[in-house]
Amino acid sequence: MMDESNPYLPYIVRIEETWYETPVGDRAVKTFKVNFVDDKVWDTWKHMPGNCAMVGRLGVGESMFCISSSPTEEGYLRFSIMEAGKVTRALHELEAGEMMTVRGPLGNSFPMEEWEGQNIVSIGGGIGQAPLRPVINFVRANKEKYGDLKVLYGARTSDLHCFKGEFDEYREEGTACHLAIDVEEKDWPHFVGFVPDLLMKVAPTPENTIAVTCGPPILIKFVTQNLEKLGFTPEQIYTTLEERMKCGIGKCGRCNVGSLYVCKDGPVFSYATLKTIPEAFA
Amino acid sequence: MGDYKFAKDKLAEVIGALKDYQVFAPTAVGDVVRFKEVEDASAIKLDYANSNVPPKELMFPETETLFKYRVGGADIESAVTEPNPRLVFGIRPCDALAYTIVDKLYNWDFPDPYYQERRDGSVLFGMACAEPAANCFCTSMGGGPASEKGLDALMFDLGETVYVKTLTDKGDKAAKAMGLDAAGDAEKKAAEAVEKDALAKIKRSLDTEGIPEKLPSLYDHPFWEQFSDRCLSCGICTFLCPTCHCFDIQDEQEGFDGRRARMWDTCMFSEYTVHTSGHNPRPTRKERTRNRISHKYSYFPEKFDVIACVGCGRCINYCPVNIDILDILEKSKQAEAKEAKA
Repeated sequence: MMDESNPYLPYIVRIEETWYETPVGDRAVKTFKVNFVDDKVWDTWKHMPGNCAMVGRLGVGESMFCISSSPTEEGYLRFSIMEAGKVTRALHELEAGEMMTVRGPLGNSFPMEEWEGQNIVSIGGGIGQAPLRPVINFVRANKEKYGDLKVLYGARTSDLHCFKGEFDEYREEGTACHLAIDVEEKDWPHFVGFVPDLLMKVAPTPENTIAVTCGPPILIKFVTQNLEKLGFTPEQIYTTLEERMKCGIGKCGRCNVGSLYVCKDGPVFSYATLKTIPEAFA
Repeated sequence: MGDYKFAKDKLAEVIGALKDYQVFAPTAVGDVVRFKEVEDASAIKLDYANSNVPPKELMFPETETLFKYRVGGADIESAVTEPNPRLVFGIRPCDALAYTIVDKLYNWDFPDPYYQERRDGSVLFGMACAEPAANCFCTSMGGGPASEKGLDALMFDLGETVYVKTLTDKGDKAAKAMGLDAAGDAEKKAAEAVEKDALAKIKRSLDTEGIPEKLPSLYDHPFWEQFSDRCLSCGICTFLCPTCHCFDIQDEQEGFDGRRARMWDTCMFSEYTVHTSGHNPRPTRKERTRNRISHKYSYFPEKFDVIACVGCGRCINYCPVNIDILDILEKSKQAEAKEAKA
């Protein structure tokens, strides 16, 4: 946990390694593998898939990102960050050996324990794969506790798939990995089309299955509709929300959807909960 | 606890005796009354309905440093300090009640050390209202002109003398430090008369029954637009609200000295919620007005069991286009949920 006497003070982390998930340029996604400068932080640090952290750079600011590594990947944290605004631009300038700040873990997490014994279908789009990666890796590391794992993932082009190097590992382990791109590319052996359509083609059975989806709002909307067509109940569908955040601990006010603070009550919500909050889809 | 009194013309001596406290009191700054540290007791202003700026700034200042650092370095120096014992002299009962509401937010799960140090280190000497203002409706919000909630002592202005009723050990200790005389039945009776008189002067009211439960059903209701259409998004209703607590966090630097600071922010500004992508979940004043009212009267009570409003009337008094929260809430009660778009 964070410094309990002062939740506004970040930890200093050293960047061990960085690489680009997608081509360098506008909206590039860069992954940062980091470790705490003070090794003792690991004694109390405990995160689960879905948890977030405020990642920042002193002198610029901090923003909320999902922790894109699973707790089963020990000894480091990973953040996969799209360059989009002031803070992410400043973070993208950083390389191995330099320092960043991390404040967390924040928010709730996917109910991994509750899902034990069930099949898991992960349905992602673009950078929305970042919060799904820890779910996938957690299930892979605890295979005996879960049923079948299916990964469905799409992006506009094959270049824009994050975590490309891991897809073959999934397949080697027998995990179905269904990829999609929006428009035809030469020698692309997988699905061409949008993720909601890929979902209908794969058509996972809702029986004893949890579907977890993340991506742009339009993807979440149509994936959710299609999951319902396939017979999934709102209680079987999970997603994550994002809003502008400052404090990350339910005080600064701005990230509420209805009476829920996304930073603290979220970011993980079941579709059953979100259906009761009109602002969740604003 | 004790009953004390002091002669009003001895105010400077009474305040001067509080050597171990940093004393804050309502002070006229130009045309504005706000709480300032007392340097000269003659500047204390006691004949005011309420301070223009609520004393929330004593617990969460407009801007405060969270921590300092050297740019390029990796050392962080927290700015939490234990302040001197503070005595807030002349706070109105509504503003003290507001502290008890905001406490719930700042203590929710992650206690906020900056706020809490100041709260714990403060003794609150309230001043009962003898002349409530035109838009006061504290009696509808669990308060009153002589409400004792959240206070360590309550004072009554009896003309020549001030009657002081201490309510906690902290309050009694401070009263003793002030070197006050004992008060008797005459002062108590006079205080009761002040309260009765003040109660009769409160003209506005609201029956809050059912409002927290109903507001979410009016999410898409057109009635919000009657108010939001003339809103200027100036934010004064929130900046001067004693229970509005929302803040922004920014990094600032001068040379190599950096600080992370937080400052009051308002849900009435579009920048408050806009995403980096440019998408804004509350793009117009309609959504922002709805959020302000719903947060106070529905979301906050759903989480913390208390409406985040004390009926001080400031948002009504200072709105440049006369948007009246009581009017909005009355209309919300009349609005039919079924008129809302599905």
